[in-house]
Amino acid sequence: MSVSHAELREVSKVFPAAGGQGDVHALGPIDLNLAKGEFIAVVGPSGCGKTTLLEILAGLAVPSAGSILFEGRPVRGEVPDGIGVVFQEDASLPWLTVWDNISFGLRREGTDTAEIRRRVEDVISFMGLEDFARAYPAQLSGGMRQRVCIARTLVLEPRLILLDEPFGALDQQTRLLMGDELLRLWRKTGATIFLITHAIDEAVMLADRVAVMSARPGCFIDTVKTDWGTDRDSRVVADERFGALTGRVWTQLRDESLKSVGRGVRRVPAVALS
Amino acid sequence: MNRVTLVRLCVIAGSVLAVEAMCRFGVINRLTLLPPSEMATYLLHLLVSGEINQAMIQTFSNVAIAFVLSVVFGFVLGAMIHAIPRLRRACDPFLASYYSVPIFVFYPLFVSLFGLNRWPLIMIGFVFAIAAMVIATLNGLDRVPPVLLKLARVHRMSRSAEVLRVVLPAAGPYLFTGGKLALAYSFIGVLAGEFILSGGGLGYAIAYAYDAFDNRTMYALMLFVLIVVTAINSALFIWEQRLLRRRGRG
Repeated sequence: MSVSHAELREVSKVFPAAGGQGDVHALGPIDLNLAKGEFIAVVGPSGCGKTTLLEILAGLAVPSAGSILFEGRPVRGEVPDGIGVVFQEDASLPWLTVWDNISFGLRREGTDTAEIRRRVEDVISFMGLEDFARAYPAQLSGGMRQRVCIARTLVLEPRLILLDEPFGALDQQTRLLMGDELLRLWRKTGATIFLITHAIDEAVMLADRVAVMSARPGCFIDTVKTDWGTDRDSRVVADERFGALTGRVWTQLRDESLKSVGRGVRRVPAVALS
Repeated sequence: MNRVTLVRLCVIAGSVLAVEAMCRFGVINRLTLLPPSEMATYLLHLLVSGEINQAMIQTFSNVAIAFVLSVVFGFVLGAMIHAIPRLRRACDPFLASYYSVPIFVFYPLFVSLFGLNRWPLIMIGFVFAIAAMVIATLNGLDRVPPVLLKLARVHRMSRSAEVLRVVLPAAGPYLFTGGKLALAYSFIGVLAGEFILSGGGLGYAIAYAYDAFDNRTMYALMLFVLIVVTAINSALFIWEQRLLRRRGRG
């Protein structure tokens, strides 16, 4: 896991003034190296720029300064081939069945029909969606819809998967189970995973490394290595080290969260971060 | 058939039977209203004899042209207004007050612009319907979830692919509603225009029968228009419900 897969160098983001407010320095400067096959989670207080960071890494947003490399090539304002993104919001296409949702990207790429069938069937089986292939998203629960979105990303076999609080809208039990599935797919695909989450326990349970962000402008203030084995699952929450690790992350995060909450009440403009 | 539909049909059938009975037993004067069975019988005669074929062709083709024009131009105009915020700020007050303008006053203008032919009537239907489509397009485009636009970028879609594969389907239910309203407004515009201002079409035929005290023709044609409009609207409603059910909104 030592080969650098993606790299952020001195990345920062400033949103221009709006509505009479001053410029909003949202993020950075940030340096980050993602090793190939690594699972990294990023936690930080609300509004610290986590999603902005993910969008910059994905090529969905352009940094105000700094550079991003993915597999040695620069990323700037366009999503490179090999990167898959799962969003926090429900991004299933409601007019398509589960099958058509999952094959959406492959059909866009003009993949051969037999190959589409093979890959979609594989992913559907892996994600346990066999019974719902002909269902529409509206007929599924929130957890199942997010599973469809993950499947749609997986079927394209991305080498770097970016997840923006993918389980944010789910209840705790479903989140733990979805976390297990995420670990299973990480082991199967060998992809590098970059997870944004606000849940400290989720970050500690899933990641090899948890990066802790400060309040805005978001910078990394600590990195916590978990040292779980690759065959880990949600049962690590019962491990005695789990409490110590989450405690360490929270200790770092607490002051930053307080700053963020205080500032949110008094000064944060409504346009700051999405 | 569910219970609500059954009750609804029973209420309609009951009302028709009540009117039939009141007409038959002289409670309602024949000069005021004919029994519905007589209207239906005479309508059948008109349809079989082909007496109203020309009027039907004229009205329905005018409605169809007004509808297609209003949907196409309404969508394009809506998309343009949506894309240019400054234009939208300028247009918003006009769109908000559009239906307070009595469109029919423009008929003389349309006659002088297009001549004494079918086009002034088509323009009445078109002008009456287009705002509904523009407003529906704006609503639809406003409600495309931003996350779906990000998804299109993740899939490296071209702008045209994004519009065809993501934006239009996402805005689909609103565009469908716009189309449904545009059809209704086209019918109203063209028929009312024919009624008051034209020398042909179903609207004119109804007005002519009314002036000639020809109650049988007048009521038969009114029943015909009612049946056609209800049938089209019901078909569109069922289709719309099916689409919305798929999206969990039906």
